[in-house]
Amino acid sequence: MKTKLPLLAITGGMIFFACSSDKNTEQQTANVPTTEESTQGGGSASIQDSESKPTVLKIAINSPSHKTLVAAVQAADLVDVLATAGPFTVFAPTDEAFKKLPAGTVEGLLKPEKRGDLQNILQYHVAAPMYSEAMLKQYDGKTIGMANGGQVKIAVKDGKITVNGANIVAAVEGANGIVYVVDAVLLPPSK
Amino acid sequence: MNTTIKRNAIKITASVLAAGAIMSCQNKSSKNESIIGGDVASKVYVAPGKYDEFYLFTSGGFSGQVGIYGLPSGRLFKVIPVFSQNPENGYGYNEETKSLLQTSKGFIPWGDAHHPVLSKTDGDADGRWLFINENNTPRIARIDLKTFTTREIIEIPNSAGNHPSPYCTENTEYLVAGTRFSVPVKNKDVPIASYKETFNGAISLIKVDKETGKLSLAVQILCPPFDYDKNRAGKGVSKDWTFFTCYNSEEANTMLEINASQKDKDFILAVNWKKAEEYLAAGKATELNTPYYHNVYDEKTQTATSEIINKEMILDPKDCPGMLYLMPCPKSPHGVDVSPTGEYIAAGGKLAAMIPVYGYEKMMKAIAGKKFDGEVSGIPILKYEEVIAGEVKNPGLGPLHTEFDDKGYAYTSMFLSSEITKWKLGTWEVVDHIPTYYSIGHLCIPGGDSKHPFGKYVIALNKITKDRYLPTGPELTQSAQLIDISGDKMKLLLDFPTIGEPHYAQSIKADILMKNSQKIYRLEDNHHPYATKNEKDTKVERKGNEVHIYMTCIRSHFAPDNIEGVKVGDIVYFHVTNLEQDWDVPHGFIIKGANTAELLIMPGETCTLKWEPKEVDVVPFYCTDFCSALHQEMQGYIRVSPKGSNTPLTWKLGDLK
Repeated sequence: MKTKLPLLAITGGMIFFACSSDKNTEQQTANVPTTEESTQGGGSASIQDSESKPTVLKIAINSPSHKTLVAAVQAADLVDVLATAGPFTVFAPTDEAFKKLPAGTVEGLLKPEKRGDLQNILQYHVAAPMYSEAMLKQYDGKTIGMANGGQVKIAVKDGKITVNGANIVAAVEGANGIVYVVDAVLLPPSK
Repeated sequence: MNTTIKRNAIKITASVLAAGAIMSCQNKSSKNESIIGGDVASKVYVAPGKYDEFYLFTSGGFSGQVGIYGLPSGRLFKVIPVFSQNPENGYGYNEETKSLLQTSKGFIPWGDAHHPVLSKTDGDADGRWLFINENNTPRIARIDLKTFTTREIIEIPNSAGNHPSPYCTENTEYLVAGTRFSVPVKNKDVPIASYKETFNGAISLIKVDKETGKLSLAVQILCPPFDYDKNRAGKGVSKDWTFFTCYNSEEANTMLEINASQKDKDFILAVNWKKAEEYLAAGKATELNTPYYHNVYDEKTQTATSEIINKEMILDPKDCPGMLYLMPCPKSPHGVDVSPTGEYIAAGGKLAAMIPVYGYEKMMKAIAGKKFDGEVSGIPILKYEEVIAGEVKNPGLGPLHTEFDDKGYAYTSMFLSSEITKWKLGTWEVVDHIPTYYSIGHLCIPGGDSKHPFGKYVIALNKITKDRYLPTGPELTQSAQLIDISGDKMKLLLDFPTIGEPHYAQSIKADILMKNSQKIYRLEDNHHPYATKNEKDTKVERKGNEVHIYMTCIRSHFAPDNIEGVKVGDIVYFHVTNLEQDWDVPHGFIIKGANTAELLIMPGETCTLKWEPKEVDVVPFYCTDFCSALHQEMQGYIRVSPKGSNTPLTWKLGDLK
């Protein structure tokens, strides 16, 4: 069976990505700016660079199938982190993957009082080194340490890689790491 | 079944990238405060002619040098050449200093400088010396803080990757060094796969002479083949100890990205250096004979000489109970830092989600009560829960290094989340964050590693600047950021670019150093074998094909300034003494076609340029440092005659002979 790959359709023009303020509990999506403002000095996510490869952050933002993930990254205040040097390995669950969670889970996690839990879950999807596909394939049965301090287990079967059982359905190399699109949200073991 | 992952399956169109995806996070309150400070300018403004309050010594990282800046202005005063040749003043090129860069691997013109460490008396910086390590070909340098020049470089044998170095003990009894790369120490031609059996990590104690600062390798301890990453010596209650972070406790020798992070915890290695001293005195050490260089600049002869040493005293942990203990530490720890009282030891687990802080008292109790959880190569592992004093939870991502203020707070750099996190000793609560631009490595508080920190500023030492300054092509400056920590909230005051990589920095109150800063070298103290202290004594001597020119310079001439009788094939040494005894009047010396750097000769100093003329000519030389009203007149000629010619050897300056 051929893996379905998420497609990305980008309309031209500027994509503006606004962080949710602490008070705002609404899920945010990409906005078009009404005024052009200087973002110099605003943090790594606002560095203007159309020459380098996109960061793992931009890859997620530019993907139409990662709206929930991007909103969660904003709410968890991890936007700047994913634009820093890293390098990162990001397991990026699709919107479909988030829908598989029990109803209300995502909405609950986006509440400000749940920011710690949300950060914990999102950081469970990010590892500090960049593991190439070839590296992951060598490490069937081994674990890799994630940014939240937890471990995920890599399994390789028939050349296909899974992370804690989630399937990797696509890989995109960015400037500061690699994004593996996964079909399930990785839930850290409860502490 | 199609099992291949399609790379770049998500297409990002060029037009989108060109248009730029802009993400703004300006509405984060902490960021706004850090950018828009009220009266920031006046806090960093040092009026023309006024002095800064602190000296800041930054490592030049891959430049191999040390930068000296003023705080709060961020003004660069000087670059001290240490591990790299410096054509600007002839360091490492001229005959006096090139021995400083000799190693057992030959002459090395470049080094990777990492951690500047100020000498200490009773746990506080005393302003005598600055030490700095070279990572690549393991060496430690001593910089004298009267002249701000490199005076000594010692090679560390049986090591590789001299990274956890050269942190000094409370009274600078020792500099402590380790090895990031374990290496085979005894039999060197071994399969890499025999790593676990044949490799060791050497911990070195380098003795510092109390009066002269001279370094000598006292003893090495052969530890298990981990990667030893950082070190800090204890102080106060923990003054007899020094602490290392170790990663790769898996003892992997390939693909460390994965293989060195399989275990939940690596270690802090606690070394009782007093015990090591005792075991050495008790004759427990065996001898190894790896040759290494010790290069010392003699202030009297103004010349460095090299000594090759062939003997190391080696302690085996198995023979030395009570000297070493391992404390479990989460996930590939990097930094390890000791609080002002010496009670707390904070580790930065770069892949950990918290900062573990160990208690010295707890450690001593655990040792006394034998609260062990196994051992590695005879080194007991203390139980984590018995030694941990507290954990700073969710401090940010990628905690690296911690420094301390005078109010009971600690400041930890977060590489991945590019911020500094302020937390409280004892309660372990996080009280503030400030973003850094970008990717902070070390951080520095003046006195922040000492018993008495000045809790006024923290300096972020950043690896990446991207959009912070006017762009200069693909290669950009690295930077320091000055942050006010006098209040509850940290406030960004200033960005300033740095030389090389500002890997680590130490800062000291200006008044401690200013009063000792030397103004001239006194001519009567110049015992350089080729010094010429009077124009009447200038001369030219031939010894076979070597020609030694005893030359002087003073505003605004060289003596002699007309020299004849040199021949093609000669080796000519210009020994130039600066006769000035006036502050800030150096003279430069260079000759056309010289295949080396210029000399920059301080008042009262003698420096030597070696020149091998290859063709018949009359060759001009001149002063390169704009010294005086008649600087342009400060010049001379040397006549080069054919090989075998009988042009007599003559020299003159006007009517002087």
